[in-house]
Amino acid sequence: MTAQRSIGDVVLQLDRISLSFGGVRALTAISCDVREHEIRAIIGPNGAGKSSMLNVINGVYHPQEGTITFRGEVRRDMNPHSTAAQGIARTFQNIALFKGMSVLDNIMTGRNLKMRATFLEQAIHVGRARREELENRHRVEEVIDFLEIQHIRKTPVGRLPYGLQKRVELARALAAEPSLLLLDEPMAGMNVEEKQDMCRFVLDVNEQYGTTIVLIEHDMGVVMDISDRVVVLDYGKKIGDGTPDEVRGNQAVIDAYLGVAH
Amino acid sequence: MANSDQGMTFPRLLAKHAAERGDRPATREKDLGIWQTWTWAQVAAEVRALACGLAAQGFRRGMHLAIIGDNRPRLYWSMTAAQALGGIPVPMYQDAPAAEFAYVLNDAEIAYAVVEDQEQVDKMLEAKPQVPTLEHIYYDDPRGMRNYDGVTSFDRLLEIGREFDRAHPDFFDTELEKGRPDDVSVMLYTSGTTGKPKGVRQTHSSFIDAARSGVAFDRLTSDEDVLSYLPMAWVGDHLFSFAQWMVAGFTINCPESAETVMTDLREIGPTYYFAPPRIFENLLTQVMIRMEDASAAKRWLFRHFTDVAKRCGAEILDGKPAPLGDRILYAIGNLLVYGPLRNVLGMSRIRIAYTAGAAIGPDLFRFYRSIGVNLKQLYGSTETCAAVCLQADGEIKFDSVGKPVPGVEVRIADNGEVLVRGPMLLKEYYKRPDATAESIDAEGYFHTGDAGFFDESGQLKIIDRAKDVGKLASGAMFAPNYIENKLKFSPHIREAVAFGSNREKVCAFINIDMGSVGNWAERRGMPYSGYTDLAAKPEVYTLIRECVEKVNAELAGEGALAASQVHRFLILHKELDPDDDELTRTRKVRRNFVAEKYAVLLDALYGGKGVQHIETQVKFEDGRTGVVAADLVIAEAKVFPAVDVRKAA
Repeated sequence: MTAQRSIGDVVLQLDRISLSFGGVRALTAISCDVREHEIRAIIGPNGAGKSSMLNVINGVYHPQEGTITFRGEVRRDMNPHSTAAQGIARTFQNIALFKGMSVLDNIMTGRNLKMRATFLEQAIHVGRARREELENRHRVEEVIDFLEIQHIRKTPVGRLPYGLQKRVELARALAAEPSLLLLDEPMAGMNVEEKQDMCRFVLDVNEQYGTTIVLIEHDMGVVMDISDRVVVLDYGKKIGDGTPDEVRGNQAVIDAYLGVAH
Repeated sequence: MANSDQGMTFPRLLAKHAAERGDRPATREKDLGIWQTWTWAQVAAEVRALACGLAAQGFRRGMHLAIIGDNRPRLYWSMTAAQALGGIPVPMYQDAPAAEFAYVLNDAEIAYAVVEDQEQVDKMLEAKPQVPTLEHIYYDDPRGMRNYDGVTSFDRLLEIGREFDRAHPDFFDTELEKGRPDDVSVMLYTSGTTGKPKGVRQTHSSFIDAARSGVAFDRLTSDEDVLSYLPMAWVGDHLFSFAQWMVAGFTINCPESAETVMTDLREIGPTYYFAPPRIFENLLTQVMIRMEDASAAKRWLFRHFTDVAKRCGAEILDGKPAPLGDRILYAIGNLLVYGPLRNVLGMSRIRIAYTAGAAIGPDLFRFYRSIGVNLKQLYGSTETCAAVCLQADGEIKFDSVGKPVPGVEVRIADNGEVLVRGPMLLKEYYKRPDATAESIDAEGYFHTGDAGFFDESGQLKIIDRAKDVGKLASGAMFAPNYIENKLKFSPHIREAVAFGSNREKVCAFINIDMGSVGNWAERRGMPYSGYTDLAAKPEVYTLIRECVEKVNAELAGEGALAASQVHRFLILHKELDPDDDELTRTRKVRRNFVAEKYAVLLDALYGGKGVQHIETQVKFEDGRTGVVAADLVIAEAKVFPAVDVRKAA
């Protein structure tokens, strides 16, 4: 399946990242890397620090220690706005869409950073604003086609079932044409068929656009099937890292998931 | 026009349109949110490139080209491309699983297949080990197709074709010239209600003839817009979206995806529309559900004016006399309710709409006619190019299918079977001389297998499949389809299977309609977890019993059929599904198969039991299987004493 997709150099490097909220240590000296074009999964039991790690990469949380290297640039903190500008997009565990707006409008917001027209130009819809709208709409339509959500283009997001809302969120992230895509539990709460669809979309995105993907997922079947490498967290510490097969055979991982006799 | 079509083939019709009116729109498809248009000249050029591409790849006269996918312009064009080379397109039902494809692919000795997308390519590759002849697979949609070996993209095929055309500029025209009207133009597989599907071979002349009589009958012009959304493998779609398209030269519009059909319908506003009753029913159910949720004022308005329409709408549409008061009310209703409703349904521009394929409920039929949609019925089958009987404007009835089309002879055999003779008959069943000989008699009449009769106005009325018409133990006539259709006319009943042949009474299995009953339950605040749960609710049983008893009351008044009232019924724990072989791909019940599969339930129905436990294996869409288990309640329905028809009349 990955025959033509060549995994490249490291694009994102986390080095000894530690994050705590007051006395709670969410992440303890985590180091890991993400390579170009790969699908990298983060797994772990509840409260292991998976979402925190995504939030650190995305700049929502600022770690107390450690550095993040993204495309050669070394820094302590990321911030959400500049990460988006650098080509990092994400989806959220608890869907964060504009419920009252149509699917199309929601996805268009993903193009926000690509628009140069001023507020006034957009308000009266002339010149640059008009041209940009057409260009961006074209790109958005490609995403709609890609994710097969043509039939709900004009439907308000709040009226959609959960599985489709997840897909719309992915569409919005894709509309930003990211080079790195962070997916926080894209398949949570889905039925088998929806999960299969979502898996296919994730693989297709990775293959067609060459997008690097970091995803958090609970469904082990899904993770082992689609990811190239997996990092395993437990209580904020990294307890495993490697290909799905390596991780599957890792005793610490088995213990974390199945529990050990004390 | 009639004369110039003599000796025509479909590729020549295309060439004619391209030459005479090349800049007129031939095909549209919605892509990336915008309707794209191809003119006749562009279509002709694409077909030429395609045909040359296929020829360069070794496709020869007499070969079969499998065509599988949703209604895409390129798939329609592939049909003519194959025909231009003297090949035979074989469209197949796109939702069939790989195992079912294997049979048809083998039967037709398919070596070349044009398919829509990755999903269909996967099915082809899965079927390939069992289909030794299958070699060339072409796909239209490149998405997800990067790492496939041994399959070719449609774009590449066109490139190959254009190169070939440059090298051999005379090739295409020479091939076109070789085509004869009595060549086979298409092979359509029967849906296989009984046994394995059979390949029905139709010639250019019979399909062109069938299309031409339909076009003349309804005065169709090149300005019609048609939405092509029905399975391409179905004879109805082949007639409306291909044969009549080529003959009349109108525009076919392909929807963006199967899910967007309703939106696309509204955007295109077709003038000529064809749908099986099921689709009209779904549309109406959606409207009714939305009306239930509307404000009180709107509900009143809707109810009031649909009553007006019921009273006089159909007469006004037929141009029959109606009281002035009603006419005024209808005009107001048209402004306030019918017009907007037609608009929502995408039927504002419809001049002619047909329904066929199954019986349509009288209420449903009247509803559409009363709001000003000129809905008519026709009768035909795969073997007759779907063109035996048509209803003329002003001669509309819900329980008959119209008069024979000019040039077609219809006779009723002694056993009640409908026999048909005419130019639109099939040439033969592929590789089945036995079946061909069996269905076409010495006088050239085709035995349709349908039982029917002509009513007093000369319209044909179909009751049932001839072989299904049986007798109850008492000797009274038993027409299961007739009873099932009556049951299905209720919006709450999606499928019904009636039993009674050689038994003392009639019993039935019922599938509730999830949309309609689900909504009914929601409005009553009844929680349910899924089909099986909802179907087992006592309240739902009461609801369905009322529907059954209503049908019984109707049957009581129908003389010979009064004995066919449904005594006992049960609501099945799962929906009948083509994937489980219980329905055909065209959603007709396989009665015998269902009877065998659910023999326990049948015994319980007739054995007088009150409850029966059942476990059934089901196939999910992803190919996995699971088990549905339930304790089914068997309910009694009230039967009515037969009403003496003569006295009542």
